[in-house]
Amino acid sequence: MSGDDRQTVGPERLTLYFEGRPVPARPGQTVGGALHAAGVTAWRETRGRGRPRGLFCGIGMCFDCLITVDGRPARRACLEPVADGMRLTAGAPTEIGSVETAGPQETDPREEHHDHPA
Amino acid sequence: MTTPPDRPFDLAVVGAGPAGLAAAVTAAAGGASVLLLDAGERPGGQFWRHPGPAPDGSDAPDEAAGQHDWGRFLALRRGLRAQVAAGRLDYRPGRQVWLVTREEPGFRIETTATHDGVASTPGAALARTLVLCPGGADRQLPVPGWTLPGVLAAGGAQALWKGQRALAGRRAVVAGTGPFLLPVATGLAAAGARVVGVWEAGSPLSWTRHLPAVARVPGKAAEGAGYVAALARHRIPYLTRTVVAEVLGEDRVRAVRRGTVDAAGVPTPDGPVVEVDLVALGWGFTPALELPLQLGAATRLDVDGSLVVVVDEEQRTDVPGLFVAGEATGVGGAALSVAEGTLAGLAAAGRPVAGRVTRRLRARVAAHRAFARAMHLAHPVPAGWSGWLRQDTVVCRCEEVDLATVRAATDELAADDARTVKMLTRAGMGWCQGRMCGFATACLAAEAAGRRPRPDDLRATATRPLAAPVPLAELAELAKPGEPGEPAASDGPDGLTERGEPAGPGE
Repeated sequence: MSGDDRQTVGPERLTLYFEGRPVPARPGQTVGGALHAAGVTAWRETRGRGRPRGLFCGIGMCFDCLITVDGRPARRACLEPVADGMRLTAGAPTEIGSVETAGPQETDPREEHHDHPA
Repeated sequence: MTTPPDRPFDLAVVGAGPAGLAAAVTAAAGGASVLLLDAGERPGGQFWRHPGPAPDGSDAPDEAAGQHDWGRFLALRRGLRAQVAAGRLDYRPGRQVWLVTREEPGFRIETTATHDGVASTPGAALARTLVLCPGGADRQLPVPGWTLPGVLAAGGAQALWKGQRALAGRRAVVAGTGPFLLPVATGLAAAGARVVGVWEAGSPLSWTRHLPAVARVPGKAAEGAGYVAALARHRIPYLTRTVVAEVLGEDRVRAVRRGTVDAAGVPTPDGPVVEVDLVALGWGFTPALELPLQLGAATRLDVDGSLVVVVDEEQRTDVPGLFVAGEATGVGGAALSVAEGTLAGLAAAGRPVAGRVTRRLRARVAAHRAFARAMHLAHPVPAGWSGWLRQDTVVCRCEEVDLATVRAATDELAADDARTVKMLTRAGMGWCQGRMCGFATACLAAEAAGRRPRPDDLRATATRPLAAPVPLAELAELAKPGEPGEPAASDGPDGLTERGEPAGPGE
């Protein structure tokens, strides 16, 4: 943590569990902010090279900080608000590509429209 | 889910940063029915990012800490709250727009919750006119080691403190180019980090060549002087023509190697190794253009090398009914964005746009544009930046495409534009859809072809069929019967509950 007592983002403490390990957080923080400030700077490995990743853009655009939150995969840690007792698990490389989300595909959603039965 | 919208709004505004807030409040005050959509949880955008309310719901007592031009934000927020209370403005925070299309009587806007805890609001909306104020994000250039944890976008390092009072690192270097490095460095220092240096690639005194433009915006000069004083107070060395030539570490940042760039922008990694645990990088800003591009708005290259939307002096694009304001029409800062947003709000609400008020706004826009131009010319991306890359340096972070792969596409497969490089290498085809590497990929493709990046290079890396990832359940909803305007086919306004997630705390 920053060790700064001027902070007013919720004076009370919450506890997150990253891979079972307690991590302190304060209300109003995001999962990524709390982890990073606590010295946990990486929580996933890349698919290709198995390299560690954590926060990069910090504002929801780069998707480097994907994490599994209470079993929900591929959440952006930089946007996900903390809650007491939250269970955080590193995203296994295989999980990253298989989440039920349309994102990186080079598809036109209007084509998708026609593919789905009404 | 995309609940069919009920009646159309006169005006929808996307983005509640400086431009969007000004546009929405201005239009609502003029009598229009306004929808304001924002990915953030609180108004203010990236520039006025601030902590959430205290447990009793009141504004955080220290919310103004580290802010600039905060009085202007407070005025806009008062306006926002007044218009919401008056029922003229429907403010929906925590929603990302992922698709905009033309649909009678104007535009159809599809949104998805930014995260699962967002309060439930309808997913789709119709509006007669649309003002897009999508802002932008730090422009990035790859450098060896930049994928190591502990390397953050300069704006991201700042956002951690401004938004949630989390310190991004204890010993930091802030590097890249542009005036934005100064508030990032002084902000980190004020928050308790040791900032070992601001490494500015440019030679900013060159802006003295543009003194007439600088003198037109005296407030900016005072702001700059304030940062210089803060650098001195925190004993932060400010080095020019200096870059991070390499980031060192195994599983996280341990140190950086300093380099210099000559007057031609050619780098040399000749500096010492400096221990840090945070590297904050920014090379100016890249406007977020996916939504204007979805609607086919005309674009151009701005003086800083960014792709921006072409607008007239009322912020009108060449797409009927579509206005764009703020960084997406040219990076220039919050004061410019507010002036542009105000003009757009007046024009989009059909208010008379002649007279003293608009003349004054246009004069302000012109002065700030001239100032921004001077700053852009003083802080160029070094022409020879690719010289600090190595063959194994990752260019595209998502797909881990390295320089050797990009060079194979350009040199062996004769790819001579960004679109072809992207198709051959997958650079820009991962989760972020080229938001981080798009500019660099466009530069590398153009460099191989012996030219500067063209608008089509940047369009190829900025065009995104979906502006945000969308749960498949929400996409599937698009195919369900029930045309917009008909009664909602579902039983509730909240698509998120379909995923079995409880509605969390929202605003």
